[in-house]
Amino acid sequence: MSNATVQPSANAAKSQRRLPPEANILLVLVGISLVFEILGWMTQGQSFLFSWQRLSIMILQVSVIGIISVGVTQVIITGGIDLSSGSVVGGVAMFAMSFAQVSTYARAVYPSLTDLPAIVPILLGLGFGAVVGFVNGWLIAFTKIPPFIATLGTMVTVRGFAKWYTKGQPVSFPTEGFASIGKGMMPVLIFIAVAIIFHIAMKYTRYGKFTYAIGANMQAARVSGINVERHLIKVYVVAAVLAALAGMVVAARGQTAQAGMGLAYELDAIAMAVIGGVSLSGGRGSIIGTAIGMVIFGVIISGFTFLRLDAYYQEMIKGVIIVAAVVADVHRQKKRVKKS
Amino acid sequence: MVTAKTAAAIDRMKRRIEDMGVLSISGIRKEFPGVVALDNVQLKIRPGTVHALMGENGAGKSTLMKIIAGIYQPDAGEILLRGQPVTLKSPLDALEQGISMIHQELALMNSMTVAENIWIRREPKNGFGLIDHGKLFAMTQELFDRLNIKLDPKAQVADLTVAQKQMVEIAKAVSHDSDVLIMDEPTSAITEKEVEHLFTIIRDLRARGVGIVYITHKMNELFEIADEFTVFRDGKYVGTHSAKDVTRDDIIRMMVGREITDMFPKIDCPIGEVMLEVRNLDLPGVFHDISFQIRKGEILGLAGLVGSKRSNVAEALFGVTPAASGEILIEGEPVQIRSPREAMDHGIAFLTEDRKETGCFLILDCLENIQMALITRDHATAGFVDQKTVTKLAEDMAARLRVKTPNLSERVENLSGGNQQKLLIARWLLTKPRILILDEPTRGIDVGAKSEIHRLITGLAAEGVAVLMISSELPEVLGMSDRIMVMHEGHLAGFLDRAEADQVKIMDLAAR
Ligand SMILES: Nc1ncnc2c1ncn2[C@@H]1O[C@H](COP(=O)(O)OP(=O)(O)OP(=O)(O)O)[C@@H](O)[C@H]1O
Ligand SMILES: [Mg+2]
Repeated sequence: MSNATVQPSANAAKSQRRLPPEANILLVLVGISLVFEILGWMTQGQSFLFSWQRLSIMILQVSVIGIISVGVTQVIITGGIDLSSGSVVGGVAMFAMSFAQVSTYARAVYPSLTDLPAIVPILLGLGFGAVVGFVNGWLIAFTKIPPFIATLGTMVTVRGFAKWYTKGQPVSFPTEGFASIGKGMMPVLIFIAVAIIFHIAMKYTRYGKFTYAIGANMQAARVSGINVERHLIKVYVVAAVLAALAGMVVAARGQTAQAGMGLAYELDAIAMAVIGGVSLSGGRGSIIGTAIGMVIFGVIISGFTFLRLDAYYQEMIKGVIIVAAVVADVHRQKKRVKKS
Repeated sequence: MVTAKTAAAIDRMKRRIEDMGVLSISGIRKEFPGVVALDNVQLKIRPGTVHALMGENGAGKSTLMKIIAGIYQPDAGEILLRGQPVTLKSPLDALEQGISMIHQELALMNSMTVAENIWIRREPKNGFGLIDHGKLFAMTQELFDRLNIKLDPKAQVADLTVAQKQMVEIAKAVSHDSDVLIMDEPTSAITEKEVEHLFTIIRDLRARGVGIVYITHKMNELFEIADEFTVFRDGKYVGTHSAKDVTRDDIIRMMVGREITDMFPKIDCPIGEVMLEVRNLDLPGVFHDISFQIRKGEILGLAGLVGSKRSNVAEALFGVTPAASGEILIEGEPVQIRSPREAMDHGIAFLTEDRKETGCFLILDCLENIQMALITRDHATAGFVDQKTVTKLAEDMAARLRVKTPNLSERVENLSGGNQQKLLIARWLLTKPRILILDEPTRGIDVGAKSEIHRLITGLAAEGVAVLMISSELPEVLGMSDRIMVMHEGHLAGFLDRAEADQVKIMDLAAR
């Protein structure tokens, strides 16, 4: 390397390859799993990891929020935040379910609109999500109010809609077709499909590259010719549509929708992303990281259940984990600032 | 007898400290993943001298300065401060031991006032332990008076121009009254007039016995201000000399290890039809009644002092902050440019002045930084970026501009300042513009790469591109431009032809 110019490709192999940031997160996952494994043998006399049943319940539990988390990841990468996803879950569950009821049920919301093919409520539900996302994106891109405030507003409004929609009555008795999107391992499959699609989108498409660019330096993104406003709207629409999908999956799985569904899901989704290394200051993170973050989240919750820890403690510990993940993120930022 | 001996010993000691300098470092090594930034380098700063540190982009100058300022810890080596070995654990530690630094990249807090920025963590407190703002502003005014800086201490940093921010950084560094003052390319963002001002400040500090380390890529500054200089090449020490003993060519040879003859390799090329015409462009409170033409193949230099609003005109042309009234015509057609995107639709490219604020995506890698403007328009099918082609284009351009990095997947924040600038030039050249607007294109770029960039620019002009080049380096403006437009406080001051232009005429117009 005596010459000033370094041929990029030729020297790639020579330079020390740094591990991708996801490797660290994977290590955390392995560590936490091992701790529960050891505690399992010590206190319960059985294995934590080698129980297919426990693992499948765990992954089912987190998959729905995992779907939301994929959307939230993109929002956080642009440097924003989306607090409305939990409400969208509730609102869409109610709204979509009202178009998915069977005719044999006497008190359907729309008695004349029963036994519709499953695609109708699904499209309506996704459309509902898109509208909410558009409002979020528009407010953030054009009125320049902080994402926290904009999405807090829609969070409250959409939750209000969910309660108003049937005056608080649950909506139940979906058609076979609609219910099938929540059956068995469907939520997990949907999560995997969503994660793969967006992993590819974030890495190989303009959409993904613009998302990172905006989060890294919004002004530079604009000067580089990216239509920042339009792109932000797209990102918030994607996030809300994924939350809507999650909402329908939950409703279909439980075969009922209630206005309070999805409460605080946004926080769990943000937590998964942050645990997975997505930086709250934008520009950094990946879908793979978030997926690992989701599993870490699941392992911790199911680990505490396995150790018969009281549910109240679980809640509190969840809070501690979220704070810890953010502290880790801030620490990483500090190190970066110091370095440069 | 004993006393005479002791006196002699003390005298020897004193001479030794004189000889060792206020700061003396040796054997310093610093490695980053994949790069040895510094390998066994040395540097000795005498009190009351200006010591220039020279070297190509990525030679390790800023890295060494960051070690001296306590930001990085060296992997090996010794630092002697006033003859005593020291470790500098943090920037604060270095400051307390009498070392302050002006960074290559501006690092002020945009949301705070000038005064708050200067005295950060040293604010005067009142009886309640709260910041005494009256005193704070008074202290700042006093400092500005001493340095003859005309700026409002109460101004928000966000509202300042790059050059004004640079002056604030200088005032801040001086305010520490340190024994050692490091200036990492302090003049890359300011114009001739401020440079003179800065030199007055530096001469004053030198007379007070401060040891100054001065980094620059502007050769003429070196001879004007430096007493001694040290050259690094590829992280290694090359030599230290007195500025009197050498010529400009000697230094360049030491820096790059080869001869660079052609400083402004301007090609005489035929000048064609009018490509860009601007009529009565106006933005109230900023610039007024700006009209000019640039022809195909022509390089129009734009000169002016700080506050002449040169950059604002460029920003208006590119739609960053559109003008309020006036006309823009491209090849005779009137066009509307309301955003950078629309400007790019018309084939305009714009290299901005402030690489940190509006240029680099610091946390993304080199490849993403180079390709970002290109992929907004081309090289994507159904949204998927044609990465193979784009990577090839980016690699070729990076090699041509001599970008120094282990590989293009390195994060841009890990590159040296000059190499970041090269990436941005690469970004815009790849978009193949018809009209190329360059705001301080060679800011922070070393001599070798500079002439390569100049060659690229004239090459583009020869292909029929219309170029508008803003530069505070008068030799660059004179060497590269077919015509020179001079601005003064938001107004056109006049045009000069290549044949008639010289530094004096430009300065006359610029200063009125
Ligand atoms: N934090 C870092 N991580 C990795 N590499 C780094 C880091 N900082 C600097 N480098 C590398 O060390 C080398 C020296 O960089 P440095 O910034 O000291 O150069 P410089 O001489 O100041 O150049 P310039 O004239 O462009 O400012 C470069 O190759 C750069 O890529
Ligand atoms: Mg540097």
